[in-house]
Amino acid sequence: MKKVRSSFKYVYLGLMLLFLYLPILYLIVFSFNEFSTGRRISYANLGKWKGFTFANYGRIFTGEAGSALILTLEIAVITSIVATVIGTAAAIGINSMKKRPRQLITSVSQLPMVNPDLVTGITFMMLFAFINGILVKMGMAQVNDFVKLLVAHISFSIPYVIFSVLPRLRQSSDMLYEAALDLGCTPLQALWKVVIPDIMPGISTGFIMALTMSLDDFVVSYFVSDLRSTLSVYIYSSARGAKGVNPALATVIFIPLVTLLLVVNLRRLKKEHEDEIQNRKVKMK
Amino acid sequence: MHRKVFAYPYIVWMILFIAAPMLFIFYYAVNVDGVWTFAKCWQTLSDPQKWRILWESVKMAFNTTALCLLLGYPIAYILSNMKKSVAGFISVLFFVPMWMNFVLRTYAWYAILEYALPDKISAAISGTEGAVLMVLVYNFIPFMVMPLYNCLTKLDRSLLEAAADLGANRFKTFTKVVLPLSVPGIVSGITMVFIPAITAFTVPALIGNGNYHLYGNEIELAFKQMSSAGDYSIGSTLSIILFALVIISTMIMNRVDGSNAEGGTLL
Amino acid sequence: MKKIALFLAAVMLAVSLSATAFAEEIFANGDQYDKIGGELNVLNWGEYIDPELIQLFEEETGVKVNYIEMLSNEEMLIKLASPDCVYDLCFPSDYIIEKLIASDMLLPLDYDKIPNAKNIAQEQLALTGTFDPGNKYSLPYMWGTVGILYNTELVTEPVTSWKILWDEKYAGQIWMYDSVRDSIGVTLKMLGYDLNTRNADEVAEARDALIAQKPLTKGYGTDNTRASMVNGKGALCVIYSGDAFCCIDENDSLAYAVPEEGSNVWYDNVIIPKTAKNVEAAHAFINFLNDANIAARNTEYICYSTPNAAAMDLLDEYYTGSETYNPPAEVLERCEVFHDLGEFTEVFNDAWTKIKAA
Repeated sequence: MKKVRSSFKYVYLGLMLLFLYLPILYLIVFSFNEFSTGRRISYANLGKWKGFTFANYGRIFTGEAGSALILTLEIAVITSIVATVIGTAAAIGINSMKKRPRQLITSVSQLPMVNPDLVTGITFMMLFAFINGILVKMGMAQVNDFVKLLVAHISFSIPYVIFSVLPRLRQSSDMLYEAALDLGCTPLQALWKVVIPDIMPGISTGFIMALTMSLDDFVVSYFVSDLRSTLSVYIYSSARGAKGVNPALATVIFIPLVTLLLVVNLRRLKKEHEDEIQNRKVKMK
Repeated sequence: MHRKVFAYPYIVWMILFIAAPMLFIFYYAVNVDGVWTFAKCWQTLSDPQKWRILWESVKMAFNTTALCLLLGYPIAYILSNMKKSVAGFISVLFFVPMWMNFVLRTYAWYAILEYALPDKISAAISGTEGAVLMVLVYNFIPFMVMPLYNCLTKLDRSLLEAAADLGANRFKTFTKVVLPLSVPGIVSGITMVFIPAITAFTVPALIGNGNYHLYGNEIELAFKQMSSAGDYSIGSTLSIILFALVIISTMIMNRVDGSNAEGGTLL
Repeated sequence: MKKIALFLAAVMLAVSLSATAFAEEIFANGDQYDKIGGELNVLNWGEYIDPELIQLFEEETGVKVNYIEMLSNEEMLIKLASPDCVYDLCFPSDYIIEKLIASDMLLPLDYDKIPNAKNIAQEQLALTGTFDPGNKYSLPYMWGTVGILYNTELVTEPVTSWKILWDEKYAGQIWMYDSVRDSIGVTLKMLGYDLNTRNADEVAEARDALIAQKPLTKGYGTDNTRASMVNGKGALCVIYSGDAFCCIDENDSLAYAVPEEGSNVWYDNVIIPKTAKNVEAAHAFINFLNDANIAARNTEYICYSTPNAAAMDLLDEYYTGSETYNPPAEVLERCEVFHDLGEFTEVFNDAWTKIKAA
């Protein structure tokens, strides 16, 4: 009976994993399929198997897909760095505030987190149309897509940094900072040498979250950009166009991602395993 | 120098790019081409079809959440009962797809439903409400499993042993001990699925073949596909309703959760 | 790892190689283009230009072209009407151009900078003159009809009427076009009304017909319907003639018909918005596209019909002999051009939201 139950567990987990990975595997398999070359343009062939080829991988790094990939990475990296700096500073500031202003700021900061990204995207679209309208009237250059995307991405990422750092700050004691000041540190030195190292785990979580939010964003970028597409926007518009999406993109995103996550986690698991053994040894003694 | 000055750059940013943009949807809702008018706003609010679509979207979000919970709870439960090293590895497998571009994963489902299935089956499934539901569940299930898994692994095992010692069978232990203790996980899972699901517009747009329409698509239609002057007003009004709905659901969730540690006075 | 890098480099090289040979072939007649420089932001429909031509234009003039694609006229109009419009060149259709002219948003073309405009057929200019008098603001880029693409293996009866789109036999296999004027337009034609009607009752009747039809449809698509039809996944599809030509080329069991109730003949013209920054490059690009060799090359790539008479002379029988590419006079006689409906557009838009949400 127990055996049946436990094998049922594995079957269930297996089925759910299949459900989660089926579309990804499907794209990876078809990324080696030859494109249909029509008269106008060759388009992604996701139905019938035509023949094995590597050509789809060449197509990714040229043309629109390539520039979308680069733009996405640029925006994500700059966003996560800026958001982490502003967000961490903000969290330190907020933490030292009195209750009233603190509650006001944290409440407003929750807005981008609970606000549907659809509404966020629309409000940014209107904001930039308004700003650019004024700039055009004054005969000045408009805010370009890169800056628009950056401002929008930083704005929706900062709160994630703040709310990753704040709990850490609350755990760490104010005494450390005060002690550092007493021992002759300037406030900046005290922050840099004492407070920041203490809250580093929170900062790195915030950084990763900002990076993820930016990389995965579709809706906000879709409403904000006029000329340049991020990867998500590019995929969306080619999905609705005739060409379809180049399935090789799936492999290009998936393989590095899995490798990275598995390496990080295996290292962590190995460490945990060693700790466990260590603990057991201690207990046995 | 007081430490609170570190928050000043953010406060400026917040006012400019978080608070101020919100004013625009209120502005455009009652202003058509520079003229102040409630006409379009009122026309939208009194259109029963808009409310019907909202209701359908809420129903769709509810079904998505229910299915995610139903399918996701066993995953989290099984994982939490496994040896930690194995569970750690498998749980990573469950969260990896979350990091893949979701538009791309959604498109993959479109390709499967449209091209991989036999013609008859594909004609029956492709572009339907059921297909949209399935892909929504697909996209959101990791967001349900993650908080549940976190919550269940933190569960104090000695409580289970105590229940068993006191004569509860496995089923009873589950319903009387495990389930009540996992309520915080369930609540945060629901928050992470239900609210984004109401506003989903990418999945219906790609999977619904342009035939199936949710509230998010209605908003996108007003802003991106329509060209007459009043459409910004219609879209803004729809956005305000959505915004209000989301804030209310968040407040309810926070109330239920009770663990709203910081700054929950407004929300 | 090194092997993979080498492999990728090889692939990228192969892709970029063909450009120079191509330029020699195109410029056999010794045309010269001035170096202009700067950037040119172009807003166009999906797959509506041979990308190699853009590359060629960039090489010849030193202009960097930023090229963005849209799926519907309404999307284009919104982008053009936005106070922060960034585009220098756009290719919207007839009724949108009429509206843009009425709102005084276009720059008059400087014909001195477009000597190749002489290549465009006079009878085409006469027709585009109906929405842009004297072609002051626009020049035709491509043109065609709206009709039905059908799979002859699934549809054995002759396709002569729009009513076939309401035939329950084809439930789940009918693609409609995701564009307000096209879908409502063909329904108005089926009901025997004018494409440019300003009668709210007629629009309401068309709306109800489309809502009734919705359960029979496979969906409302734009360019994505092509792959579906080529793969034999749909039976009937409302489509533009150029796309139909392209699909038939890829799957010969497909055929195209313009129903007898009549249809729409449309023009996608090139325009320069008033807000354009690089007007010089915009004119150069228009002139470039109207070069006989380039227009011929472009139409062969896109499959849409060219209004360029000099380019038509260069095309072979495969194009000029096709009724889809080169519709005979009796088909064109029953087709109308869309016109801007002014404030009545709202009635169409309202009907459209009702249809989409049904």
